[in-house]
Amino acid sequence: MSSAVPATTAATAAARQEGAVAAEAEDDVVAIPLRHPWRWVVAAVLVLALAGLLASLWTNPNIEHSTIATYLFNPKIINGVGLSLLVTVIAMLVSTVLGVLLAVMRLSKNPVMNAFAWLYVWVFRGTPLLIQIVFWGYLGLLYSQISLGVPFTDFTIFSVDTNTLVPAFVAGLLALTLNQAAYSAEIIRSGMLSVDPGQHEAAASLGMSPSYTLFKVVLPQAMRVIIPPMGNETISMLKQTSLLSVIAVLELYTVATQISSQNLRQVELLLVVSAWYLFLTSVLSVPQYYLERHYGRGTAAQAPTLLGRILQNRITQNRITPRSKR
Amino acid sequence: MTETLVRASNVRKSYGHVEVLKGVSLTVKPGEVMCLLGPSGSGKSTFLRCINHLERINGGRIEVGGELVGYARRHGKIFEMNPREVSRQRRGIGMVFQRFNLFPHMTAVENIMAAPVGVKKMERAAAKARAHELLERVGLSHVAGHYPAQLSGGQQQRVAIARALAMDPELLLFDEPTSALDPELVGDVLDVMRRLAADGMTMIVVTHEIGFARSVADTVVFMDGGVVVEAGSPAEVLDNPQNPRTVAFLNSVM
Ligand SMILES: Nc1ncnc2c1ncn2[C@@H]1O[C@H](COP(=O)(O)OP(=O)(O)OP(=O)(O)O)[C@@H](O)[C@H]1O
Ligand SMILES: [Mg+2]
Repeated sequence: MSSAVPATTAATAAARQEGAVAAEAEDDVVAIPLRHPWRWVVAAVLVLALAGLLASLWTNPNIEHSTIATYLFNPKIINGVGLSLLVTVIAMLVSTVLGVLLAVMRLSKNPVMNAFAWLYVWVFRGTPLLIQIVFWGYLGLLYSQISLGVPFTDFTIFSVDTNTLVPAFVAGLLALTLNQAAYSAEIIRSGMLSVDPGQHEAAASLGMSPSYTLFKVVLPQAMRVIIPPMGNETISMLKQTSLLSVIAVLELYTVATQISSQNLRQVELLLVVSAWYLFLTSVLSVPQYYLERHYGRGTAAQAPTLLGRILQNRITQNRITPRSKR
Repeated sequence: MTETLVRASNVRKSYGHVEVLKGVSLTVKPGEVMCLLGPSGSGKSTFLRCINHLERINGGRIEVGGELVGYARRHGKIFEMNPREVSRQRRGIGMVFQRFNLFPHMTAVENIMAAPVGVKKMERAAAKARAHELLERVGLSHVAGHYPAQLSGGQQQRVAIARALAMDPELLLFDEPTSALDPELVGDVLDVMRRLAADGMTMIVVTHEIGFARSVADTVVFMDGGVVVEAGSPAEVLDNPQNPRTVAFLNSVM
């Protein structure tokens, strides 16, 4: 697949090269572009291997294709897809806000905030996510009542049953969000550190407040560094939602295992689930492209649109053709 | 009060155990242009950065417009200012940096509008009109929509000057504004500064441009080793230096 791309660009470059010949002056070097025969060989081997694998799955008598077709758009599965996506989006949004907060605390000169942020990251990054999910899911066993009041006195403002306040869905969301915040905080912190200290000084010299400087000067520039790893995190998050099956949140994977435990078509349902995860991860990488473009403004490497990126590619192609080797 | 805009008395500043400013005293009158000269490491940038409290001083005092920089007098006592008060104070003191420090994610005109809109709460339309006016003043109307990366160093520095002017400061600090520029671009920036001086702007300029100092400065101050070695009119300091360190420095740069 991927090796096909350079092959086509090489072909177009060659075509343009021929077209350009007529207009060239005598002293131009007219050369045949470098050939890449091994790319074709490797591509052929990979395509063959992939085709073989797909064929073996397709012809495998142990896989019932009709089951896959039936369950791909089963309402329960669709609901599971919706819930997985919902959890991913909410957890990523809230954890990003928390991550910014933690990163700012971590970079602040206030020792109390600094220590708190450090401790937070230490705890949530240092323990397995699975354990954190189970912990929030079983919170009701630890504290049967959650109450707000003055510690170490009998005075309470309100008190509710833990399982009412924190149903499985909320517990799962909480677990993923709090865990992700620790990772996001580190990504955002490194993004903020990548901004030239001169930017802080320029903002300060203009009388900008620390918070205005953060939101209008530092974060917009840090975004360029933050977004690619956050794209990764979003895709990990989507896949991690399947861990919520341990506390019976009805997301995609839980639903699929419930179905397969009845019809005993485990492999088929796993294929259904995988197809959906692949589809969702593809969809989730679209916003990343637009965010990168938005925050890349003002930098030389910026491509204005998808079309612009293609055009820009052609311009660079032009420049590296042997013509320029005078 | 109006006789002096900046009064620095015995300003001391250390980084760790190294004392970089060892008691700097000087005064600047409104409308005066002061050029600070001195060898590398003599503390010129550090002193400039103390004036708008980018650095905290360890001793002495700096007053701008009769107000202590970074400290507030209340009930006869002196308190350290909180960040909000420091920000307010800095609005009256513009600064132009050696490496321009424009905001790369904003166009030229957005760079100039940012502080008036965000800090002074000026209306966008008014701020934009003002920004275009300032761009014209530095001769850059045609690049209003360009990002810093699309501008030459000289153009960036002139946008940076316009950005500082947008806050209507009573004092402008320049830290080697032309040192990062290709020689052929230096003139444009110095011309803009020359016009500001003629318009009566109070400026403190750290520079190695002796020609500029001679023709524009009212006062030339020579610093070395964290102290003011010699100060006076350009004719006194540049053409008839008294201190051997001044003589040696001037010989090395001219
Ligand atoms: N943040 C800092 N931490 C430690 N030392 C510093 C710091 N900033 C400056 N110094 C030291 O303080 C001294 C004075 O520096 P400063 O930048 O004020 O000199 P300068 O006169 O502006 O020199 P130049 O002409 O090279 O810009 C130098 O010895 C420098 O190493
Ligand atoms: Mg300096």
